[in-house]
Formats: sequence, C-alpha cells, structure tokens
Amino acid sequence: MMTNIKPKSGAHIGAKASVSHIMWQVMLALTPATVFGLWLFGWPAIHLFIITVLSAIFFEAVCIGLQGKAVKPVIRDGSAILTAWLLAMTLPPWAPWWVGVVGSALAIILGKQVYGGLGQNLFNPAMLARVALLISFPIELTTWANVSPLFFSNSPGLIESWHITFSGIDNLDATTGATTLGYIKTEFSQNHLLSESLKEYSGLLNFIGWGRGSLSETSVILLSAGGVWLVRQGIIQWHIPASLLLTVAILGSIFHLIDDQHYVSPLLHLSSGGLILTAFFIATDYVTSPNTTTGQIVFGVGCGFLIFVIRTWGAYPEGAAFAVLLMNSATPLIDYYIRPRIYGRDRQGKPLEITKS
Amino acid sequence: MLSFFTKSRIRGGVHAEGYKELTSADKIVSTFPLPKTLYIPLQQHVGKPAEPLIRVGDKVLKGQLLAYSQGLISSPVHAPSSGIILDVNEYPAPHPSALPIRMIVLETDGKDEWVKPPIVDDPFQLTPEDISLRVGAAGIVGLGGATFPTAVKLNMGRENSIDTLIINGAECEPYLSCDDRLMQERADQIIDGVRLMLHGMESDRAVVAIEDNKPQAFYAMQTAARPYPLIEVIQIPTRYPMGWDRQLIRYVTGKEVPVGCRSSEIGVTIHNISTAHAVHNAIRKGQPLVSRVVTVSGGAVRRPMNVEIPLGTLISEVFAFCEVDVERTARIIMGGPMMGDALPHTGLPTVKATSGVLALTASELKSTDVQPCIRCASCVTVCPAGLRPLDMANNIRMNQLDAAVDLGLKDCISCGCCSYICPSNIPLVHYFKYASGEVVARQQAQHKSEQTKRLMDDRNARMERIARQQEEEERIRLAAKAERERIKAEQAAAAAVDAEAAQETLV
Repeated sequence: MMTNIKPKSGAHIGAKASVSHIMWQVMLALTPATVFGLWLFGWPAIHLFIITVLSAIFFEAVCIGLQGKAVKPVIRDGSAILTAWLLAMTLPPWAPWWVGVVGSALAIILGKQVYGGLGQNLFNPAMLARVALLISFPIELTTWANVSPLFFSNSPGLIESWHITFSGIDNLDATTGATTLGYIKTEFSQNHLLSESLKEYSGLLNFIGWGRGSLSETSVILLSAGGVWLVRQGIIQWHIPASLLLTVAILGSIFHLIDDQHYVSPLLHLSSGGLILTAFFIATDYVTSPNTTTGQIVFGVGCGFLIFVIRTWGAYPEGAAFAVLLMNSATPLIDYYIRPRIYGRDRQGKPLEITKS
Repeated sequence: MLSFFTKSRIRGGVHAEGYKELTSADKIVSTFPLPKTLYIPLQQHVGKPAEPLIRVGDKVLKGQLLAYSQGLISSPVHAPSSGIILDVNEYPAPHPSALPIRMIVLETDGKDEWVKPPIVDDPFQLTPEDISLRVGAAGIVGLGGATFPTAVKLNMGRENSIDTLIINGAECEPYLSCDDRLMQERADQIIDGVRLMLHGMESDRAVVAIEDNKPQAFYAMQTAARPYPLIEVIQIPTRYPMGWDRQLIRYVTGKEVPVGCRSSEIGVTIHNISTAHAVHNAIRKGQPLVSRVVTVSGGAVRRPMNVEIPLGTLISEVFAFCEVDVERTARIIMGGPMMGDALPHTGLPTVKATSGVLALTASELKSTDVQPCIRCASCVTVCPAGLRPLDMANNIRMNQLDAAVDLGLKDCISCGCCSYICPSNIPLVHYFKYASGEVVARQQAQHKSEQTKRLMDDRNARMERIARQQEEEERIRLAAKAERERIKAEQAAAAAVDAEAAQETLV
C-alpha cells in the first residue's frame, strides 16, 4: 500500500500560465516599439529607460525587504519591471535621470506597495506616476526631443548623452520642439485654424512613429502589432482596446465632419500621443480594469470618451493618463453593477421561471 | 456564424489537454484477476446508506443482495463475486479524508458463481413501473459520478412527462476514456439500455451527445442507433465541462434549468452512457451492478488501460495490475483530474462512482506555488455557472462567508475551471468547498445555539414557575400556621378565661 498525503480538491492539472509568464509576454509585445523608440531618440533615451527600470527593481526590493519577505521571487514575477517599462515609454525621451528615479518611486511605492502589493492597487501605477510627474515637473515632462536616431551624424554621442541625462539639455531650442497634439493646442490658442497648423503634418510619418513624442509611444504600427499579438496569445481580451479606439474614432469623426477646422481628423487622433499604447497595454491592466467583458467595454468606452474630451477641450494636449486614472477609480463601481448572470438565475439573482414546452 | 451560434449556448469552460490517447486506443481489459478480498461500502450513492441483511460467515453468490435500500432515495448493494462474508464494519472510505464508513468485507472463493438471474423474454412487455423497480433492485446509480439512484430519476421522469432524454457521452474530463471505449465496444447494449430507459420513463425521444474528440465512439453509436428513429446521436463541441448536466441540457435543448429545480421539471432528464449500459445488463441479463469499467491512467502508470473490475477492489490491487510506479506517483486521484478527489493512500476500495483512478507525476500536476491574485479575470471568463471566483475567494479569505454566499457560492459546481486556469495557482475550488462546508457548519451551530437558548428559556420559565408555586405554597402554609396559632391562642385564652371563671367559682 502506497501513501500520499496531500488532500486537495479541484483541478489537479492546470493551464501552462503563470504571473511571470504573462508579464514577460506583455514585455515581449512591447519590445519592438521600445527598441524603435530607443533607437529613434538615441543614448539619452536608453539611459533613461535603464535608470527607470533599475530604480523600480530597487524600490520594489526595498519595499518587499521592509515587509520581511523574500525579495527574489517577487522581483522575478516581472510586475515591477513591466510597470517601470511602461512608465519609461511614456516619459519624454531626453528627460533627466531623476525623472526616471522619482517616477519609479512613485509608481512602485505610492502606486502599488502602499496598497498591499501586486493585485491590490486601485490605480495603474505607471499612469499614477506619469500624472504625478506631469503635475509636479511640468517643464521636464513637456520637453520633447527632436528625432535623433542612434548613429546619425547630428545625434548626440554616448558622452554627450551622459551630459544630457545627468546635467540637462544645453541648447533647448535646437534640439527640442512640440508634439503634434501640443502644437495644435498652441496654435488654437493663437486662433490659428487646423488647415494652417497642420501644413507640415505627415500622417504616414506619424503612423510609423517618426516624430516628437514620448520615449516609445510614437509608433502606431509597432504598438498595434504588439497589441494584436497579445490578443491572439490570449493574454489580453479585445474588448478594452476595441471599445476605446472605436469610441475615439467615432467621436473624432463626428466632430471632424461637423467642423474640420477646429476638430482634428480621427486618423490623427488614432496615430497621435499615447492612444495605441494606452488602448492595448495600459487600459488593459488586469488589476485596475473590470472583470467582465461587458464591464470592460464600458471601461474602454469611458477611457476613449475622456481621452477625446481632454484632448479636445481640456488644458492638456494629451489626456490618456488622466482618462485611465479616472476610469480606474470607476472600476469597482463597474464591477459592482455589471456582473455575469448566474446559470439558472435572472440578472437580479432570482431563480428563473420554469418553462415547459 | 455557426460557431458564434453555438458559442452562445456554451458558457465558460476550458480547453484542457486531454491525455485520453494514453488509454483510448486499446480494448477494455477483462482479465483483471479476481481479488482475494473485496471491500463493499454500504453507501455508494446519494441518499441513505443501504442496510445489510447478511451475517458474518454467510456464504453468498455473485449478484446476491447484500444490503437493501432504505428510504425513498437509496440503493441496494450486491455481492461482486461469490464467497464468504468476513466482516461488516467500518473501514477507510475512498474520500480525501479516508474516514471510516461501514463496509461489507467479502472473501472471494474464486468460483465467481452467479446467483440465478431473473430474466424476462421481452422487457418491452413489462410495465414502465416494473422497469424502474428492476433498475432500482439492481442497484444502478448515475455512473457518470453523481451516483443518484437511477430508478428515482426514471420515476421522476415518468411523473413529469419528459420530452427529451439526454444520454451523456461527453466524457469531458481529461485522461478518462472508459465511456469512449464502452461506446466503441458495446454500442448495441448501450442503445438497448437507452430504449429500455425510454420505455421506463414513457418518453419517446432520446439524444445521445458525444464530444467531437471521440469520432469512433460517435460512429459506433450512430450505427447502433440507426434502426431506432427515436434515438438521435449528435456530436457536441469538446470543451470542459460539457458533461455538466445543465451545460449539456442547455446545449442540446436550449433550455436552462432554474436554480433549485430538477431538470425533469422542465421536461428533460439526463443519464450517463455507462448507466444505460448497466440498465441493459440489469433488465436483459438480470445482472445487478457489481462491476464497472475504470480508466487507470496518468504518467506514473506503466500499463495505462481501461479495465473492468469488480466493485470493492482495492486501488492498490488495480495499481499493481497496471504497474504503477510508486516512486513517481505524486498524487492519486479518484475520478478525473478536474473534479476528482486526491486520495491519501491506495488502501481504499473502488465504488460505483469510480470512473477513473489516476496516478499523476509531479510534472503533470498544477503548481502549488500560490501567487497574489492579479485580477486577470480568467476565472470569471471560464466559469460555466457565471460566478466571479476571484471576488468569492477574496471574501472567503477575509472570512466574510455571507458575502461569498451573496456572490453565488451555493451555485458553484466545483468543476475546477477556475483553479485550472488561474495563473497565480490559487486553489479556488478548495476555498469554495471549505466555505460551503463552513457555511453549513455555521448554520448548524447557529441552529444548535438557538435550540440551546430555547431550552434554556424554557428551563428558566419552568424554574420560575416552580419557585412561584413554592412561594405560593409557603405563603399558604404560613397563613395556615398563623391561623392555627391564632386558633391555639384563642383556645388558650378561652381556657384561661374558663379557668379563671372556675377559680372564681371556687372562691
């Protein structure tokens, strides 16, 4: 007689998925856009990216250490790295080193660990840090470097880049400018119409990602490819990205058709700012989005609506981070009201009527 | 378009890796050596345990009644072979706890000699009630795992005029292939059982539903059912838990069984194909349920197979026959890997519900490294009952069982989809089973405390009444005493007066 003492019920076998597997799949999906962004903005961007990720690991380790838990397995789940990765992607590429450090501290400590760690936070940590940084350091967070790819003659070399990252940009006017959305906002404030301000705008370049913007949220094509791959891998559901993008596209089309001099075209909306990154990678964060597919559609529509409203009538040119945070706060409410129907019960939870043919 | 349509009829579920090919290609092995000793539990079914009517030392024949059913929902138990009764006592149950339950221990004599069976020439001449009686007397219960007495179900079907009898050939649990083999090898007998069931329920439509990962079983059954237009054989998508009766009912009929109702109330009844096979044996051959086909599989089994074994055979003997590698066995499971129970050891008997016995290696098992919930909501997506396992588990962890009940804890069917899919390896079903047990225990405790309080109150009232009575009696006694003393004093006074008067007269 052989014995085996481990009384356990429930599925004894399991799907081959784990938390770290999910996190690394997401990072893999982000890789093309990230590599492109790092190349596009050169060494300063690479420095910022590394600093942000390393400091996130450091802060996570400190927090876990203070709790008296084993640090290694928590770091290995990849969640802190992913948070920092996403944060870095949304930062201005030539931002000074301390922006990355402070951002990671905000994301990991305030955004995640004070709530109780992984899975407990109400707000998306990366977006929380992004917004806190934007409000606290508006100059640094809105200084957009020109496109200056690695190994191009007019791009900064490694030594020069150290200078940019650790002591700041010297000749601001020559190396920085405005993003498309920011430029449009400024032009509007000077009563210029869209047909004037968009003279030099190229839809194709924007689509590829060849333009000023955050470290690696510029490339629509690479981000979409990564996002679609994640959906196909079953890591994320299509409901949030689809409803978010559709909402922005529909609202953009309606207003653009009404007045094409004051409202930009839906294509420009879709290919600008952090919309694609937000739709596929940020709004879809498991922890801070609703549980049910219907809830996720409501969440996506809400995010899309807020992004459009902030971009169009708000004080900031881009509103993705604000929109996501606002909808994050609505997630518990959505989950409270939108529940799946239980088998054999109606939506109110009462048993169904007996129907006999 | 078609897939969209069918999808709406299936809720949740998972595509679990099958591992059925380990056993599904080979014929059912019928050369299992008769064990020396059989341990036959008196309760192998839902309802009241059977009551033994034999005594230690009795000689019994194969198929002889050992214990009769008592109560409306119960089932008798028969001798799986001929021999001598060694003991009627408590032995470890085939359950994760292995707590003792009453069993009959039978020492076989090796002759395997049948009792004379009650055979009928044409069972379709029997009344439907008679069919039910014979099925009940043969000890047949739902062999898909639910073990509900089949006769009771046939009766309920007759009372509720069933329009569809569904025969469950889904066999959606991974590893198991006993139903698959049975359908391939004994399709005619199963279809005959289905016809007898239809007769017993006075119903005229049966649908045999087989998952589309068993094409050979499907063709065999379709061929066997061809002469009978009342019986339709269909293929259903392979998606665990397709064999959950309510999921299958909705897929086949489009109807949903309301919570708290039996399926017969909406005109549908569902039986397993093995049950139909057992009905055939009982009515045509007069053989009670004394053996069954069991899938023995898993990574630690050197000779995985489907094998027909007498009920009451110890798992250790089954494992010895199938050459299970003890070193590599990480977990012993009775049933399938999704809903089955992990057993603490192999010294436990197989019962009517045992569709499979698995010996899984560590690499086959789900990791037990529990991570925090990341609210990925895949448990919500896969739940066929429409529950939110993650919220239920959170409430249970914080001991808020009432909140978990509000979320639908009692509607959980323990199918294991949520535990299967969870990337954080959270043992969700374990939580739910614990909570369900705890809710019942708390209700009982509350009931008990209410009863105790009632008894206490009654006792206080009684004591108070007695005290009042005693007080009253005391008062009456005192009053009477005072009265007596008064009379005594009066008499004394009168006597004194008299004495005085007498003295005066003397003077």
